[in-house]
Amino acid sequence: MSAPVFDRTASPLIFDLGQEGRANRYVEGGKPLDRFVPKSLLRDDLPLPDNSELDVVRHYTRLSQRTFGIDLGFYPLGSCTMKYNPRINDAMAGKPEFADLHPFVPDALAQGALQVMYELERSLSSLFGMAAFSLNPAAGAHAELGALLIAKRYFRDRGEVQRDKVIVPDTAHGTNPASAAMCGFKVISLPSDERGRVSVEELNKVLGPDTAVCMMTNPNTLGLFEDRVADITKAVHAAGGLMYYDGANANALMGNARPGDMGFDLMHLNTHKTFTIPHGGGGAGHGPLGVAEHLVEYLPTPMVVAVKKDDDEAGPSPSDRLSFRLDFDRPKSIGPMRSFWSNFAHAVRALAYIYANGGDGLKRVSQLAVLNANYLRVKIAEFLETPYPEICRHEFVVSAQKLKKETGVRALDLAKALLDRGFMAPTMYFPLIVPECLMIEPTETESKETLDSFVEALRDIVATASENPDELFAAPVTTVVGRVDETRAARQPDLRWRPA
Amino acid sequence: MYTPHTQRDVAQMLDAVGVSSLEDLLRIPDELALKEPIDVVPALPEYLIARRFDALAKKNTGANFRSFLGAGAYRHYVPPAIGALAMRGEFLTAYTPYQAEVSQGYLQAIYEWQTYICLLTGMDIANASVYDGATALAEGAIMALNATGRRKLLVSRAVHPNYRAVLKTYCDGLDVEIDEIAYTAEGVTDAEAVRKGVAGKDYAAVVLQSPNFFGNVDVLPSQALDAVNDSDTIAVAVVAEALALAALATPASWGAQIVVGEAQSFGVPVAYGGPYAGFIASTNEHMRRIPGRLVGKTVDNAGRTAYVLTLQAREQHIRRERATSNICTNQAHCALIATIYLALMGKTGLRDAAALNFERSRQLATAVSSVDGIDLKFAAPFFNEFVVDFHQNAAAVLAALEERGILGGVDLGRFYPELATCVVMTATELTTTADVDALASALTEVDRVGAGV
Repeated sequence: MSAPVFDRTASPLIFDLGQEGRANRYVEGGKPLDRFVPKSLLRDDLPLPDNSELDVVRHYTRLSQRTFGIDLGFYPLGSCTMKYNPRINDAMAGKPEFADLHPFVPDALAQGALQVMYELERSLSSLFGMAAFSLNPAAGAHAELGALLIAKRYFRDRGEVQRDKVIVPDTAHGTNPASAAMCGFKVISLPSDERGRVSVEELNKVLGPDTAVCMMTNPNTLGLFEDRVADITKAVHAAGGLMYYDGANANALMGNARPGDMGFDLMHLNTHKTFTIPHGGGGAGHGPLGVAEHLVEYLPTPMVVAVKKDDDEAGPSPSDRLSFRLDFDRPKSIGPMRSFWSNFAHAVRALAYIYANGGDGLKRVSQLAVLNANYLRVKIAEFLETPYPEICRHEFVVSAQKLKKETGVRALDLAKALLDRGFMAPTMYFPLIVPECLMIEPTETESKETLDSFVEALRDIVATASENPDELFAAPVTTVVGRVDETRAARQPDLRWRPA
Repeated sequence: MYTPHTQRDVAQMLDAVGVSSLEDLLRIPDELALKEPIDVVPALPEYLIARRFDALAKKNTGANFRSFLGAGAYRHYVPPAIGALAMRGEFLTAYTPYQAEVSQGYLQAIYEWQTYICLLTGMDIANASVYDGATALAEGAIMALNATGRRKLLVSRAVHPNYRAVLKTYCDGLDVEIDEIAYTAEGVTDAEAVRKGVAGKDYAAVVLQSPNFFGNVDVLPSQALDAVNDSDTIAVAVVAEALALAALATPASWGAQIVVGEAQSFGVPVAYGGPYAGFIASTNEHMRRIPGRLVGKTVDNAGRTAYVLTLQAREQHIRRERATSNICTNQAHCALIATIYLALMGKTGLRDAAALNFERSRQLATAVSSVDGIDLKFAAPFFNEFVVDFHQNAAAVLAALEERGILGGVDLGRFYPELATCVVMTATELTTTADVDALASALTEVDRVGAGV
């Protein structure tokens, strides 16, 4: 695989381009604004550039060419599940009857949209063993916040307001403790054992009458299956706490095992990871929030509710015999978490992906994601340290600590050298407990040939570390810019263009 | 689907790993093995997926009605160039731009977005986006709570009811109290109540929306602003209809320190509620309290201009429970769409679109209020939406309009019990004279029916 060709000439800002009055006629010329409201209510100036459509098209086309996406090459970013984003999903989400449907359209005139949400909600509930999902949260961290608000409300209703501790393993995503803090919970960080798992012994030391929630990722961020999960959920439940499943790594077990069966009370999914919604450069995401039966009434509003149709109109699917409405009247709900009902366009994409696979297909997706990860792991173990040399799930970690001692080459240098060879770098320096960590998640959509070429590139880089480390310290050199001065960016923040 | 593995690939790879089967590889403990088959929608080939969604889409009959709905989600003209650019795979399939060297294009686009939001609001800085307008308000309020150390908020009742509901959801978690300010007979926030309210110096912020939920321009008069500033309360401005920023005086000009809002109007489809793009802008003073991603301009190791995610010490992946927010994913792609929209429209196009929104909403207001028995509720200046009083149950009137293929507005009784005879009605540059005539004539019929004539 060769690196994408990046255009290295400097790219001006849109604000440096254009001439005032070089307008595109998308709408007709308007009357002076002070014909409608007093001048005192209007702004004096609108200092934005006027550009021709051609110049705008060239500008953003060039910016796209200075950006690396899955469509350009392998993206082994651990915990991010950068799988192929099928184009049928976008085509379905873009249908005018979906894209142009206003959120305040009455339920009776939005039955198709509600049915999409219903089918997705039912499918996810079955797939993960939960009683119900809310499609309200906009992303994984948003759903975490919703789950912890539910926990807070639940314990308040039970008169257990002393439960103010949230237990988070040291391998957890940073959003877990940050979400807990936003609900006023105190965070207890739990050290992992020597096998890279949650230590039941350590857990038992901190469990007590003040335990509210224990948040877990399974498989965890080391890519390891938490094989004592049943003991953990039992212990937390015995202490009166709730178990939360961080679904960031759901691609490892979807269709093969269910968080609900493991004893989790609350969970989220990142459908932009597991269900092929494009990441779009960091969002928009979509974070369905699932709960067990005893917490359903606390889910955010609104929920989609189905009732049997009284007419005999039918269709090919069981849900065609139902009619749907948005239910806002849920007295125990934590309330809405966002302006409107859901990142609906993403619900369409996720459902289209489930239609493409069915239950058996999704099961195979996870199996092949795990196969790809293990194949990469054994190949890379030939030349890099793998701190947990055992069967992993959908991702695994390697450490450059030994390499650094021998050659001075760090995980960061390996990552940057991969960019020169046409690959996105793995997640770096996470989880925090592994020194010089690279976290690699190939996903199931990559072929054996792609994995092989990645292995060979990394092997070559590690060899170069001994022979010519300076080449790696200088990497990347094929990209539009070299290593960026982050210290200067933080010390002298320049967060916007200003008119001269 | 979307897996390239041949049987031979699978066999070779299993062999390399040293296990005999995929089941053996997954090693699910017996007690966790599935006891029943998964019940999801059935697998379909792609052409039947397309047909299935065709059938579902057709059930959204409301998408084709004449629509006067707004109230936080607006239908504006979207140039096709936006889709052609934003849907390019390089943008669409990129992750958060952690690896700056291969993400310069996206980072620059976000830097341009931050600049556009600053220029439109009059603020010093803006972040790379948050989920939507309502969550922007919640996060902006948290900035004010952290800045002042106070535990109460003062919020106008003319702020979008959904935004206030979300703020309440967040505040329940933080054990923060919210007090509300009434609106006046003019349909704007009661400035005298603001002045009195802040005197006790126990509010972190006072929150106003302009144009407010009723469509009216709603800013703090200077006397009330003086009281707000004297009490070290932070003025937070909410913007739900971002196109108004192209015409109205900036929130900075009337004293807002934090501006939060929704950028959906800038080229993002209404899409039954999302995804949209929230924004947060503020004065420099609050730079280290702002949540979410920030892109900064710097140089690379050869002195070339470069962009990078910066001030990350505020963020959850570094600071964990001490972060300014838990936000990780933002709305980068919607923000990109908005940026391209603003670039295409430019100053001239935005001014023209704003003027058309002013003009058509006034045509609509004139036509509707000339129907017997129907009045405008408020006299305050508005942008592109306004409140109509039917003097009879508004939900019943809207239902009658629906039978005529018209979505006549958003029923205010659903949010304000005292306004059960009122709706908020919206016209944009896409509203035609035929739309206005159809609504006025339908209202004439409906009104007669309602009055028993």
